[in-house]
Parts: sequence; structure tokens; C-alpha cells
Amino acid sequence: MPAAIETHALARSFKGDVVAVAGIDLEVAEGEIYAFLGPNGAGKTTTVRMLTTLLAPTGGRASVAGHDVAGEADAVRRSIGVALQEAALDPLMTGRELMLLQATLHALPRAEGRRRAEALLERVDLADAADRRVGTYSGGMRRRLDLASALVHEPAVLFLDEPTTGLDPVSRLTIWEEVQKLNDAGTTVFLTTQYLEEADRLADRVGIIDRGTMAAEDTPAALKAGIRDPRLELTIADGGADRARDVLTRFGEVAPAADGRVSVSLGGGRGQVAAIVRALDDAGLMMDSLDVVEPTLDDVFVAKTGRGLDDQRAREQEQRERSGDEQLVVEPARQ
Amino acid sequence: MRLAANARVVAALGRRSVKQTFRRPQFLAPILLFPSLLLAVNTGGAGRATEIPGFPEVAGFLDFELAGAMLQSTMLVGVSGGIALALDIEIGFLDRLVAAPISRSAMVLGRLAATAALGVVVATWFVALGLVFGARVEAGVAGVALIFVLVSLSAMAFGGLGAALALAAGRASVVQGIFPLVFVILFLSSAFFPRELMLEPAATVALYNPLSLIAEGIRAPVIAGISAGSLLEGLFGIAVVGGLGFALSALALRRRLRTG
Ligand SMILES: Nc1ncnc2c1ncn2[C@@H]1O[C@H](COP(=O)(O)OP(=O)(O)OP(=O)(O)O)[C@@H](O)[C@H]1O
Ligand SMILES: [Mg+2]
Repeated sequence: MPAAIETHALARSFKGDVVAVAGIDLEVAEGEIYAFLGPNGAGKTTTVRMLTTLLAPTGGRASVAGHDVAGEADAVRRSIGVALQEAALDPLMTGRELMLLQATLHALPRAEGRRRAEALLERVDLADAADRRVGTYSGGMRRRLDLASALVHEPAVLFLDEPTTGLDPVSRLTIWEEVQKLNDAGTTVFLTTQYLEEADRLADRVGIIDRGTMAAEDTPAALKAGIRDPRLELTIADGGADRARDVLTRFGEVAPAADGRVSVSLGGGRGQVAAIVRALDDAGLMMDSLDVVEPTLDDVFVAKTGRGLDDQRAREQEQRERSGDEQLVVEPARQ
Repeated sequence: MRLAANARVVAALGRRSVKQTFRRPQFLAPILLFPSLLLAVNTGGAGRATEIPGFPEVAGFLDFELAGAMLQSTMLVGVSGGIALALDIEIGFLDRLVAAPISRSAMVLGRLAATAALGVVVATWFVALGLVFGARVEAGVAGVALIFVLVSLSAMAFGGLGAALALAAGRASVVQGIFPLVFVILFLSSAFFPRELMLEPAATVALYNPLSLIAEGIRAPVIAGISAGSLLEGLFGIAVVGGLGFALSALALRRRLRTG
């Protein structure tokens, strides 16, 4: 099967020696959901803009749906749907007008365009708001409209740049379900995100991008398994902690955990839990609680980039505040 | 096939732009209001200018000034089109168009179709205003039709300049700040005062100023009648402004698409 997206040493630098993307090799199979995970300024948007023909690469090459982004831009454009980071919506248009315009841009026959616009508005639950101006929409409605507009021509490959940043949990879930359904129907999805949960939940494979280069790439499960074993966390009843440590050392590496708990690595997998419980029991030790703790993508992220995500949280907050503002002037244009 | 598809895209984008203008009344109002006010002040205050020896043969000063007001109004249409395009760039709407399989020129031509349509609104407004306040179009119905054509082409030409500025700057505030400089050129033309009565060096500047040609082209059907000479001059003036606008737009668009 041909790859839906393929890049080779794809790079982009900007004036003033800014290297936004420093040579990325990607291969996304047809029908896959691929998540591009990275902190602010990692190069996610720049990569998406190159793959969607909005920005010319300064190095390497890329093809989407079998067409070269530089040489066959029009063929690429016919195959892709794009929802950009700042939902590029005109506040003065109504939802329906935008959908119909999008259908015209993709040269759909009038009747067909109208039919698909109605169906999609219905599908993203905007039928009632379709004749209202986008300026009156909430952030979640805008995202849904933007997503619907990217689907009018039933693209083979869908690009979503941070589709849920700044959305409340319910709106986020709606988008996730929609993306999942699209993918079930065969659409290849390339999405960028700063939410580990999003990548974990949706993606078949995750690429972690940091400072313009790929820090790691695999399935979420393999990424997590790759950094460390799951751990068993225990609360030992009064006075037994020291003796428990001696017992646990036989099974794996022991370390103290939060709230006075003790944890042991499960090098042999979850199957070890029963044996550990039995051994503690044999030693006459009582447990108040026990949990198996799997590494999260969060841990992967820290392991691969050497950074936590706290700086991100601040940004999300800021974005949420900003999306409440008047939408006319969103952000100074990029030169 | 491809041509038909492009025509449909241009029409759809044009329709969107026109609607947008009417939904943003704070942009539409100045287009008609400022030139109308200036027209009122000019004709009210300097109405006796027609009595100056050497002033062209006119039925009234309003008849003479009408063309200047329309020209100024079409320039404002250009400013507002430029601002709207710059806002499209700011909010990322242009990306939506760039990511679609449409011809690059359709993106700008859609805007220009809208400015041409607004030119018709401008012509309607000022011809009606003129007739209500006692001006008369010497060339009759054919003259009115000609005025509509010239005004609408002129709006398109200035729309091209506005678009070029928007594509180059990418910011509405820059378009808003710079474009009014063109008005200096307007006052260095024969839009509001006959060239014959100007002092040097203004007279020479006005002689080579393409805006004089456009103003006089629009004025001829009002004060005199249809003449091939003034029509061609008017069209030539429009071609100079429009050609400059289109060339600069194409250049700026190419640059913008290359640099992202
Ligand atoms: N047009 C541009 N001109 C100059 N520098 C740019 C331009 N676009 C992006 N950059 C720089 O390239 C780097 C990558 O930016 P990019 O927008 O791709 O990051 P991102 O991963 O999408 O970040 P975010 O999570 O904030 O959206 C940043 O340092 C950014 O400042
Ligand atoms: Mg981004």
C-alpha cells in the first residue's frame, strides 16, 4: 500500500537563521491516525503548512497522497482536508455560507455541494446555527465548523493542527469521536497536539517532535514500554515498610513512592503481581492498597525531550483566554 | 472546464466580499459618506468658481465636481478592499484559499470582482445624488451607462492597488495607514479643479497624473457629451492604475506564497 504521507529530510528555515523544521523523515500509512506531539515552537505547524502546500520546504521533499507537495501542489490540494491551528474562519460569514464556499472551492457541482454541506452541518451538530454568523459561535462550534469545512470534498488525508487546543473537555470529546469515525471510514489523519491524552487516545502512532527534529516515533504502547517497566505501588500497614522492602527487592528494583508508599518495578510484567502479593503474605505483611502504575506518554515526553509540560499548561490557559476575545484580529500575520 | 470552474470560484469569492462589505457598515459608510460631504462642502463653498474666466462650460459646479467625488469614492473602495484582504490574511482565511485547488489569481480576482460591483453602487449613489440636487448628465442615458462602466473599472483598478498593498504588508493597519497617501495624488489632479486654471507646477503634475485622465473621462458625459477622446483617455488612466495594481498584486502574491 502506498504511504499517505511520506517525507524525506523535510526541512524549513526562516529568515534570521530560524530553523523551524530540521530534517524530518515520516511515513504515514493509508488509514492511519498519526499524531505529531511536541511543545511550543517544536515545528508542528510549520510541518503541517509544508505538507498542505501552504509553505514551500527549504530542504528535503514530501509527498501526500502520492503527490509531491512542491511539484504537484494542485493534486495534493485536491486530496487533502485542512483545519489549521487558528480556525481560519470569517466572523462575518454564516456557517452555511462557509460550507458552500468550500464546496465551490473544490469544484463540487452545486446540488452535490449543497447536499454535503447540509449533511456535514447536521453531523457536527451545527444545523441550527448554520445561518448565524460565525462571529457569534463559541470556540467549540468554530472548531466543529472548521472540521466540517475540511470534509466537504471527502479528502483522503485530513490534517488537523491542534484541533482541540483551548476546548473544554466535552467539546474535545466530540472532536475526538468525529476524528475516530472519519478514520474508521478510511480517512488518514495527521494531527498535531500538545495533549498527551489526545495522542494516546486517538493515534495509531505518535511522533514526538522537539526543536524541529523527531525525538521518538512509535505506537503509544511501545513508546511507553520503551522508557520503563510498569510499577507496583503499595501501602504497607504500620511498621512493615522495611521488611516489605526486603521482600520486594527479590522481584525488582524498589523505590519509595508518593505518600509513604513503596514501589517495585515489574520487569516481568503484570503477571508478577500475584507472586508479590503471596510473598508479602507469607512474610506476614499486611497491605492497605496496591496499584499497578503504567508509564504515561507524559513520562515518555519528559524522557525524550528532557522537559515537562508545565510551560504548555500556561499556554493553554492563555489560548483559552484569547479565544474569548473579539475574533477579528486573532494574531499578527506571519511574514 | 477549468476556466468555468475558475469563473465560478471568482464569482463565489466576489459574492462573499460584497456581502462582507455590507455586513461591515463601518467600512461601507465612509466610502459614500466622505466623498459626499466633501462634495457638499466644495459645491456649497466654492460654487461660484464656475464664474472664473476660463472655467469649462458647465451647467453648475456640482456637475463639474461629481466626477471627482466618484473617483475619490472608488479609491475608498480600493482601500476598503485592501483592508478586507489584509484581514483575511490576518485571520488565516487566505490560507483556506491557498490550500484549495483553485488558481492563484482567482483569489485576487474574486476581490476585484467585488470592488467592481461596489463601483456600481458608488455610481448609482452619486448619479442619483447629482440628479436630486440639480445636476444633469448631458450625454443622457448612454452617458449614465458610460459613467457606470468607468466608475466600476476605476474601482477595480484601485482595488488592485489595495490588494497589492494588503498582500505585501499582510496587515490591515498598514493598508489603512498607507493607502490614504494616494489621496495626495488625487488632489494633485483635475478631479476637483480644472487643469486650465491651475498654477505651475500643479498644472504640469495634473497633466501627467493618470487620476486627471480618469476624472475627466468620467466628467465628460456629465458636462459635455460622449467623446471618443475623453473616453480613451479615461480608459488609459484606469489602465495605468489598474496595470500597476495588478502587476504589484501578482508580485506580492508570489512573494507571499513563497515565504509563507
Ligand atoms: N513565518 C515564520 N517566520 C519566522 N519564524 C517562524 C515562522 N513560522 C514559524 N517560525 C518559528 O519556527 C519555529 C516553529 O514554529 P511552529 O509554529 O512550527 O511551532 P509549533 O510546534 O506549531 O508550536 P505551537 O505549539 O506554538 O503551535 C518557532 O521557533 C517559530 O518561531
Ligand atoms: Mg503550531
